[in-house]
Amino acid sequence: MSAPFARLPNWAEYGLIPLVNLLVAFLISGLVVLFAGENPLRAAYLMVYGAFGSGEGIGYTLFYATNFIFAGLAVAVAFHAGLFNIGAEGQAYIGGIGVAAACLLFDNSLPWFLVFPLAIIGSAAMGALWALIPAWLQAYRGSHIVITTIMFNYIAQAFMLWMLINVFKPLGQMAPQSRTFGPGGHLPKLDWLLSIVGLDNRNSPFNLSFLLALLAAWLVWLLIWRSRLGYEIRTMGHSPSAARYAGIFEKRIIVTTMLISGALAGMLAINSIMGDQHRIQQDFVAGAGFVGIAVALMGRSHPLGIILASILFGMLYQGGAEIAFEMPNISRDMIVVIQGLVILFAGALEHLFRPAITAAFVRMRSRSAATETAGA
Amino acid sequence: MSELAIELKGIDKSFGPVHANKNIHLQVRRGTIHGIIGENGAGKSTLMSILYGFYQADRGQIEIHGKPIDIRDPSAAIAAGIGMVHQHFMLVENFTVLENIMLGAEESAVLNKGIAKARAELKRLEDEYEMEVDPDAVIEELPVGIQQRVEILKALFRGAEILILDEPTGVLTPAEADHLFRILRQLTEQGKTVILITHKLREIMAITDEVSVMRRGEIVATKQTSETSVEELAELMVGRRVLLRVEKGEARPGDVKLAVRNLTVKDSRGVTMVDNVSFEVRAGEIVGIAGVAGNGQSELLEAIAGMRRAESGVIEINGESMDVSGPRDPAGLRRRGLAHVPEDRHHMGLVLKFEESENSILGYHHDPKYRKHGLLDVDAVRADAEEKIGLYDIRPPNPRLRTANFSGGNQQKIVLAREMERNPDVLIIGQPTRGVDVGAIEFIHRRIIQMRDQGKAILLVSVELDEIRSLSDRILVMFAGRIVGERSPDTPEGEIGLLMAGVEGEMEAAQ
Amino acid sequence: MDYGEIISVLQGTIRMSVPLILTALAGLYAERSGVVDIGLEGKLLAAAFAGASAAAFTGSAVLGLIAAVFCSVCFSAIHGFASITQRGDQIVSGTAINFIAMGATVIIGQAWFNMAGRTPSLPPESKFDGSWGLPFADLVAPIPFIGDIYARVLSGHYWLTYLAYALIPITWWVLYRTRFGLRLRAVGENPGAVDTAGISVTRLRYQAVLLGGVFVGLAGAFLSMAVSAGFTKGMSAGKGFIALAALVFANWKPKNILFTCLLFGFLDSLSIAMQGKTLPGLGAIPVQLWQALPYILTVILLAGFIGKAVPPKASGRAYVKER
Repeated sequence: MSAPFARLPNWAEYGLIPLVNLLVAFLISGLVVLFAGENPLRAAYLMVYGAFGSGEGIGYTLFYATNFIFAGLAVAVAFHAGLFNIGAEGQAYIGGIGVAAACLLFDNSLPWFLVFPLAIIGSAAMGALWALIPAWLQAYRGSHIVITTIMFNYIAQAFMLWMLINVFKPLGQMAPQSRTFGPGGHLPKLDWLLSIVGLDNRNSPFNLSFLLALLAAWLVWLLIWRSRLGYEIRTMGHSPSAARYAGIFEKRIIVTTMLISGALAGMLAINSIMGDQHRIQQDFVAGAGFVGIAVALMGRSHPLGIILASILFGMLYQGGAEIAFEMPNISRDMIVVIQGLVILFAGALEHLFRPAITAAFVRMRSRSAATETAGA
Repeated sequence: MSELAIELKGIDKSFGPVHANKNIHLQVRRGTIHGIIGENGAGKSTLMSILYGFYQADRGQIEIHGKPIDIRDPSAAIAAGIGMVHQHFMLVENFTVLENIMLGAEESAVLNKGIAKARAELKRLEDEYEMEVDPDAVIEELPVGIQQRVEILKALFRGAEILILDEPTGVLTPAEADHLFRILRQLTEQGKTVILITHKLREIMAITDEVSVMRRGEIVATKQTSETSVEELAELMVGRRVLLRVEKGEARPGDVKLAVRNLTVKDSRGVTMVDNVSFEVRAGEIVGIAGVAGNGQSELLEAIAGMRRAESGVIEINGESMDVSGPRDPAGLRRRGLAHVPEDRHHMGLVLKFEESENSILGYHHDPKYRKHGLLDVDAVRADAEEKIGLYDIRPPNPRLRTANFSGGNQQKIVLAREMERNPDVLIIGQPTRGVDVGAIEFIHRRIIQMRDQGKAILLVSVELDEIRSLSDRILVMFAGRIVGERSPDTPEGEIGLLMAGVEGEMEAAQ
Repeated sequence: MDYGEIISVLQGTIRMSVPLILTALAGLYAERSGVVDIGLEGKLLAAAFAGASAAAFTGSAVLGLIAAVFCSVCFSAIHGFASITQRGDQIVSGTAINFIAMGATVIIGQAWFNMAGRTPSLPPESKFDGSWGLPFADLVAPIPFIGDIYARVLSGHYWLTYLAYALIPITWWVLYRTRFGLRLRAVGENPGAVDTAGISVTRLRYQAVLLGGVFVGLAGAFLSMAVSAGFTKGMSAGKGFIALAALVFANWKPKNILFTCLLFGFLDSLSIAMQGKTLPGLGAIPVQLWQALPYILTVILLAGFIGKAVPPKASGRAYVKER
């Protein structure tokens, strides 16, 4: 006989509690800033100003958010199947090969709108490929996917460096990067979108891949909640024995889910490579794959939540650049700390404040919090 | 010493809005076997958990042998002389018997010092109560009846004066159960007190001195066992007259719909769980498989449902044979007219976190009628679910409610509605009324009979012999993976019990 | 590769296995009690930083060691709180700790020392003393080969090295011959059995996790104060994960941890010696391949081609009283 969990209203369950978790994460981040000898309130002000205070700032924020949306979707899809894909970072890195290949081969012969779909296919395929081996090992050998994907992140780093030096780098150059792409390898910017809202933004790399990310978010929603494959993924994620009972092939689902996840992560590369840098260079992923974990947890693995969380982290990144400018001690690594704290409070400690909030609710209402238990 | 081993005064416990124990007053006399009976959810487990220190009561007092005691945790209960034998054994499977018994009572920080002493004490207990075990045997290699002995010895090792047993006979053959009862009698003759929690009315009548009936969190009656009857207790349990037998007409068996021939199934360790089993189920009949849990019934069901690979043999559904040793394909079997109500409804038959409507298509989610433009048609699914809710009186009638919030009986109805409304040719059912309250049991039993009368072939597996005898047209008894006999439902219970225990060695092929 | 290089590689093996052994033992205690600890990497890094910083501030290696252990135990407490008390997802908690450690070590390091995430180089008296000789090493040294093994490979390490290797049989004894060990193994297999025996599951698990924290603290101090002379950004370089793989490969048994960690240490040591060299028949091996080799090997091991690993039954699952 188990006690029914006193249920809070939906808005508290999905809005208030995540918000409180987030606030605490930020509070502690503020303490770290303090510990490093700076004023957290000023840092917060700088961050918000840097992210939203100008058209350019907003453009950058959304540009970063694009990467996080892809990564967050990748991690979320895997979460739904009960899998923890920490390898989005490596999968995105390898996805860059697909983008670079499409651009380097066709940038001078095809217009961007033909190179774009090729880049999508290429990056998705490469990202999926990098997820394939850990997926297969988990499904068929029971190797823990968390450790294998972490290993593959490290292997990707080494492999990509080799690729950059020996394959992409033009002869005679020193830096491990490819040549700059021709016109076919440039994605159009979306500054006109911001101008409609009256924002001036010329220098930000905010580009078309943002719309691709939104499209991907919608498709993921369709997949998870409106398709049969999504139903099978969710069943397996909640209860592998029920999946077995229902005739769902666990191994097939694991591999398929990870392929989709890897593909989403791979597409992240398009934003950086084709939308901004117009070449492939070292470490263009810059930790976005890991931010995806925080974003997926914050967004409760739902595309809408992921988009919102991604914009939040985009704000952190862009605002963080502003902070680093004025407070040299608070470098980009601060984002990693915040990311970790968000993962901690939105992930592992998500129920920490629940008793206190529930008690407050019970006090505030004369009738007890509605419980939906069924009588027989 | 007080005449009362245990006195509970005004014990009250709530979990949120659920009032699990309401003002319980209970007196258990020393040296007696006191039964506590009640349906699932009546509050027996909560009460015993309070006695054992798992929970603290909100109000009330506990007196052990006349002294009030505050039982904060199991160690306090153990110190007060209370020992508990749980329904699901609390043993470490890859430890030896000795290690399990010593756990928590090791005597010293370095094990070696306490081991010799423990061995001696264990031997003494074994001899005194005629419970033999090999102290160096590993638990997972021991049969279930012996494992239970280890549980009891654990409690006695710690000097338990009061022994609580929670549903102890669920995993025992009738013979093993009798042996257990003899041990319990012996314990009481030595002045120890036994509390027996069970839902088996016949056991109460057979072994207890007094019985308390719990219903909806309250003790509704305490009676001397010699002064009451099965019917009276059942009525007290439920609050109204209960039909202990379901009414059913004659069976009219038609063609063979399910044929099993020489089926052998081994588990992951290579142990044979189903041993060369053969039988048939015809349209319009219910074949019940009786047996103590763990004799291969689960594996048999899973093999027929396509969830488990078999070593060898033939399974035919509707005349079409399936590849028993090939890849598992429950979905394919469903398409061929098989429906499966699994034994484990919580982990297999339902996804508790899903909405009710999502569970009502589990296993059938590829059906084109739930599809629109290639995607799942949520409206169609919900409409379908609502129809089933009406037919099976599932409450609350809300297809969008999370399945975890439905009661056990209603959850089972969700599963049954899903499987039965598919109009299958063959229906295999495992433990249909486990954890289901009496009112829903009646409904479920009637539905099963209805399906039979509509010409379905039904295979029923249950550890409740009463249920098997009540519903089946033919009974097959399984022991150690083999069908050891076929009997008609009006065969005396004792005879079936002997078969269940593997006695008489009769192995008729039920073909 | 000449004889001198072989000896050098062997010596390196002994040395480089140390942080792996300590970290794997830490993981062993935690996992045997039922708590999965992915955060070993982060704790290792944080401990390395704490140790090097304290040593830089105070000039004392011992204080650095204490700081490293303290820091690691604090992180373990957080992981324990999230996993045991809050019953949160243990892998998420461990991942969070990894990120927090990764970022915080750089930020705080930058704030304190202003050296782009590094700590100042430690003078010899603030490090661990590098050469504890085994008895009779000088006498035995001239004996060909065996003498070299004794005098140059096995002798002349930090005392922490010898401690680490000694902790393996000690851990075996604790696990299988003490009351604590019995209860620890029990709680990782069936926490219900422990609870009903009147023992606190929570307390046992906390003890295991915190004890593991001490071990990782030692490992971190070793990294930044013995092998190196200070902390550099990201210096753990995945050793925490490799230790985890070594633990799995060792089937959660102390005796096997010795061999699996030595194997990884050997690989590490070998890759340094082999960089830039050509192998007969294969040509020049790219630097990156050597760098990736430990991770590739980990994947191969986890693929189970070298035996199947059976974790403690209750590993990774929070204990909820089943009522």
